[in-house]
Amino acid sequence: MRIVCPFCGERELGEFTYLGDAKPVRPVAGASEDEVFDYVYLRDNVAGETSEHWYHGGGCRAWLKVARNTLTHEISAVEPAAGAGARQAVK
Amino acid sequence: MTSSQSHRLASGGLIDRSASLNFRFDGRTFSGFQGDTLASALIANGVKLVGRSFKYHRPRGILTAGSEEPNALVELRTGARREPNTKATTAELYEGLEAASQNRWPSLRHDVMSVNQLFAPIFVAGFYYKTFMWPAKFWEAIYEPAIRRAAGLGRAAGVADPDHYDKAWAHCDVLIAGSGPAGLVAALAAGRSGARVILCEEDFALGGRLLSDGGTIDGVPAAEWLSRTLTELAAMPDVRIMTRTTLFGVYDGGTYGAIERVNDHLPSPPEHQVRQRLWRIVAKRCVVAAGALERPIVFAGNDTPGVMMASAMRTYVARYAAAPAKRIALFTNNEDGWRTVETALGAGLQIAAVIDARPDVSAAYRSLASKGGFPVLHGSVSGVDGGKDGVRKIAVSLAGGARAEVEADGLAVSGGWNPAVGLTSYHRGRPKWRDDIAAFVPDGAPPGMVAAGAANGDFGLGACLSQGFAAGVAAARDAGHSGKAGTAPVADDEAFSLTPLWHVTGKGKAFVDYQHDVTASDIELAQREGFESVEHLKRYTTLGMATDQGKTSNVAGLAIMAAVSGRSIPETGTTIYRPPYVPVAIGAFAGHHRDETFHATRLTPSHHWAMEQGAVFVDTGLWKRAQWYPRAGEKDWLESVTREVKAVRGGVGFCDVSTLGKIDVHGPDAGAFLDRVYINTFSNLAVGKARYGLMLREDGIVYDDGTTSRLAEDHYFLTTTTAKAGLVMQHLEFCRQVLFPELDVQLTSVSDQWAQFSIAGPKTRELLKEIVDPAEDLSNEGFPFMGAREVALRGGIKARLFRISFSGEMAFEISVPARLGDAMARNLMLAGAPFGVTPYGTEALGVMRVEKGHVAGPELSGTTTAADLGLGKMMSAKKDYIGRVMAGREALVAPDRQVVVGIKPTDKARRLRSGAHIIPKGQTPGPGNDQGYVTSVCFSPTSDQWIGLGLVERGRERIGEIVHAHDPLRGEDYDVELCNPVFYDPDGGRQRG
Ligand SMILES: [Zn+2]
Repeated sequence: MRIVCPFCGERELGEFTYLGDAKPVRPVAGASEDEVFDYVYLRDNVAGETSEHWYHGGGCRAWLKVARNTLTHEISAVEPAAGAGARQAVK
Repeated sequence: MTSSQSHRLASGGLIDRSASLNFRFDGRTFSGFQGDTLASALIANGVKLVGRSFKYHRPRGILTAGSEEPNALVELRTGARREPNTKATTAELYEGLEAASQNRWPSLRHDVMSVNQLFAPIFVAGFYYKTFMWPAKFWEAIYEPAIRRAAGLGRAAGVADPDHYDKAWAHCDVLIAGSGPAGLVAALAAGRSGARVILCEEDFALGGRLLSDGGTIDGVPAAEWLSRTLTELAAMPDVRIMTRTTLFGVYDGGTYGAIERVNDHLPSPPEHQVRQRLWRIVAKRCVVAAGALERPIVFAGNDTPGVMMASAMRTYVARYAAAPAKRIALFTNNEDGWRTVETALGAGLQIAAVIDARPDVSAAYRSLASKGGFPVLHGSVSGVDGGKDGVRKIAVSLAGGARAEVEADGLAVSGGWNPAVGLTSYHRGRPKWRDDIAAFVPDGAPPGMVAAGAANGDFGLGACLSQGFAAGVAAARDAGHSGKAGTAPVADDEAFSLTPLWHVTGKGKAFVDYQHDVTASDIELAQREGFESVEHLKRYTTLGMATDQGKTSNVAGLAIMAAVSGRSIPETGTTIYRPPYVPVAIGAFAGHHRDETFHATRLTPSHHWAMEQGAVFVDTGLWKRAQWYPRAGEKDWLESVTREVKAVRGGVGFCDVSTLGKIDVHGPDAGAFLDRVYINTFSNLAVGKARYGLMLREDGIVYDDGTTSRLAEDHYFLTTTTAKAGLVMQHLEFCRQVLFPELDVQLTSVSDQWAQFSIAGPKTRELLKEIVDPAEDLSNEGFPFMGAREVALRGGIKARLFRISFSGEMAFEISVPARLGDAMARNLMLAGAPFGVTPYGTEALGVMRVEKGHVAGPELSGTTTAADLGLGKMMSAKKDYIGRVMAGREALVAPDRQVVVGIKPTDKARRLRSGAHIIPKGQTPGPGNDQGYVTSVCFSPTSDQWIGLGLVERGRERIGEIVHAHDPLRGEDYDVELCNPVFYDPDGGRQRG
C-alpha cells in the first residue's frame, strides 16, 4: 500500500502508522461523560469509503486524513489532518 | 561411476555439450550439461522414477517442465543447505549437485509404506477427520507422529540456514511478468515508448515457449527473432530484465512481490553474496504475460512414471535434447497436443499412436500420421499398464466402444491449457469462463494490471505478439510515455480446436491432484457427502492445498465436481486465489533481519566508554544499556549492583540516561499545550524550574511520565520514558496538529541530540564543581531542588543542568550535546576520582527507584490510573486535559481498585519475586480472592532485604497487614507485609539537601 503524503510525495506503507477513524471529533471542555465516551469508543464498522488518521512518522511527522475504501483499499484523497479532529475551541 | 546419458539426443537443444556436469541422485552419480535442469538431466539418463506420492507412496515420475510440477520434488543439497520439496523441473544443474528423493523408506524402489495403497479405502477424502477422531489424546501421541512419518514430503535441514537473504525495492513504469513472446514484445513496445521497464522471468533462459516450440516471427525462425529482440532490449538503458525471478504476489497501490534466486544455480552462494533476494517492485502498470499451463486429463493410472504433459515432453526433447521416452503415445483432446508428435518425429523418436478424444483431426495431422506410420485412435485412455519402471502398455476405449492396446514407454497428455490466472486474481478477482477454450481467463484484475497472450486465453503465437505489443504500448502510455513504438511483430496463429475432456472413467486410481494424492473418486465422495461448494471440496479433499497450490489440478477437480453435481463449470466456480504463486523461503521474507541484525541497535553516547569499563549490557527496546559494571572478584550481579547502590548513597555515582525521550516544546502557547496533555499544570511553572508530569490516554489510563523543565518563557524541555519516546512524540504531534491546532506551539524531537547523565549521591555537588564553571552557583539557594537551567562548563561548553532525583539522593541530571557524551563520561570519572565516583547501570538505577517508591514501566502497565499510582492529587480540577473525563468513570475511581503499595517478606532472608499474587492471609489461593500482584522487586542494600512494589486491592488502607504471596509459576508461598512504598528517606530530606 502506498500513501501520497501532501508534503513528501508518494511513500510506502511502512513509513506510516495507522491510528483509526478520523470522523469522531473531540468534545470541547465541559462535555458530558457520555459525549466523551462516544468519542473515545464508538466507531462505525464501514464497508466502503472511510476517513482515517495516519501518521507519517517515517517522513515529515504530519498527521494525515486519508480517504480510503475498506473494500478495495483504494485511497482517493490525502490531506493534512490539521484541525480535523477537534471542534475549534476558543483560545 | 558416471552412467552414460542413455536418453540424450545426438543433437539439438539449448544445452552446452562442452560443459559436462556431474551430479548425484539418491547416491548414484550421473552426468548432464550446462543448461539442464535436474529433471532434464535425469530424463537424459533414463531415470523415470523420481519420488513417492504423499499419501499412497505411489511411484511417481516427472509430469511437467516448470514451476507447476506436483510430482518431481526432491531434497536438494545436503547438511544445513538441504531444502525439501524442491522442484526438479526448475532446479538448475550444477557441478556436484546432490539430490535425494522424498517420502520413501528404505529406498525409492523398495518403499515399505507403499502398502498404504492396500489400505487405500481408509485414506479417502476426509480421512483425517473420520479415522483419527477418538480418543482425542491419541492424536498428539500416536496418530499425528505416525501420519507424519508415513505421509509427508521432504525433511527440513533442522539446523540454522547458513545463507544470507536480501530485500530490495525497485520502481518502474511498466512491470512485465514472463518473457515469452507476449512479454518480450510488451517490453519492446514499452521500452521503445520511453517507459522504465522491469521484466521478470522465473526461468534462467528468456523466451518462454519459444524455447520449446519455435515458430516463425516476422519471417525468420523464432530463435533468430529472439536473439535480435534480446539484443535490442539489452541496449535499452531503462529496461531491466531479471531472470530466475518469479513475480509471486500483487499488493495494494501497485506494489508487487518477486523472488530472485540469485545464486541457487550454484552449489553455494559466492562469498559476500546472498542466496535469494526478495523484491518489492512498485509499478504504475503491469502486463501479465505469464503464459498458460497445460492441464492433465484424469484417467486410471495417469500418475504412472512416463505419463507426462505433452508440452513438457516437447520441452525436454526440443530445449534439452532429452528423450522422456523412445516410443511415445499421445493422448489429446486438442490440436496443440499434436505439436509434440511433430517435435518427437523431428528428433527421430518413434510415435506409437495418437489417441485423440475429438471426432475429427485436421487433414495436415492425418497426413502426418500416415507418413509417420502410426495409428490415430479416436477415443480415450482408460488405463495404463506400468509401474516404477514406467509405462509399458496403454489401454484405449475407442469411440465406438471397442478397446485397443498401445505399446509405448511414454504417454504425452494434453487436456488443453489453463491461462495462469494467479496474479490477476490475487485481489479477489474471479476469473471468467471462456467456452471456446474451455478455460478460465482473467477478470477483475487489480488496478493497473492487464493480461496478454496465453495468460489472457489467446494461445496463438500471432495473438501473443499483437496483444503483448498493444499491452506494452498502452501500459507505457498510461504511465506517461508515448514515444515511437513501431509496429508489432507478426506470426501466424496455430489452430487450437479443443473438445473438453476432463475425466475418463475406468478401473483404478485416477489422480486429479498428484501432490496431495486426491483422486476423481475422492471428489465424487465429497459431493455425495455434501461438500459441493468448491471451498468445501478443497478443504475436505485437500485438493489444491499442496505446495503447488493445485496448478495442474484445480480446474480438472472442479470440472469433475461440476459433472457429478449437475452444474456447469462456471456455476461451480473457482476457489479464491492467494499469493504466493510459488513457495517463497521464510528466510527471504526475513532478509537480513535475523540474529544480531534482527532490528536496529541504538547505542548510548557513553556506550564505547562503558564497554571499556567492562559493563554488562541489557537490551531495552532498540537500546543497549549498561546494566551493571562488574569489578574483579565480584561473584555475581547482585554483589556488583549492591556495591553500586551503596557507592551512590554513600558518595557519588553517575548513570547514562540518554535513552529517555527528549522533546523541545517551543512557542507562545507551549505552556497551554502542556496543560492539555499533562494531568497537572505547566503554564504556571517558573522559568528555571522542572516539574514531574503525568500523561493519560484519552480513556483515562496513565500513558507516560517524566520531568519537564521550563528553560524560557516560550521554551519547555520535556522528557519521556525510554520505552514510550517515539509513541509520546506521535501522541503529542496528534494533539498539536489534530486536536489543538489553534495553539501556537512546535515540537522538536531532540532525543538523539543530547547526552544526559544522572549524577547522584551526597558528594554530587563537589563533583559538579570540578566540571561546571566556578561562576555558576550550585548552592542549595542558587540551584534549589527542581531547578533547571543552562550552565557553562569549565572550558565554555554550554550544558543543561536539572536538579532532579530518581534515586532519592541529592542529584543532578546534566545534558551536553550528544557528541560530547563520551567525553563527559570520561571527565566525570576523572573529576570524580577523589570522591570515589562510581558508574552505575540500570539495575542500580532500578534498585534505588524501588527503594524510593517511584513507579516505572511495571506499574505504568496500561491498566493503572493516576490514583492507582498514588498520584491522584496531581489531577488538576481547574482545566481540561487528555483523559480527564474518562478517568472519572465509576470503575476507574472505585475504592477497591488495586493500587501501588510497598511489599516486603516477613522473613527478611526470603527473596521476593515479581509476579507473585497477593492473597489474604489464611485463604486458599484462587481467582476469587486474588487481590493483586508484585510488580517490581529488588534487593535493597539500604533495608538489607528484598523489597518490592505491588498493585494490591485497597493497598493504601492496608499498610501493616500481613498477606500471602502465592507464586504458582515458581511453586513458592510465603507471607509478606504491605507497607509504605517509600522505603528510603520518606520525608525526602536527602534529595532537597
Ligand atoms: Zn510526509
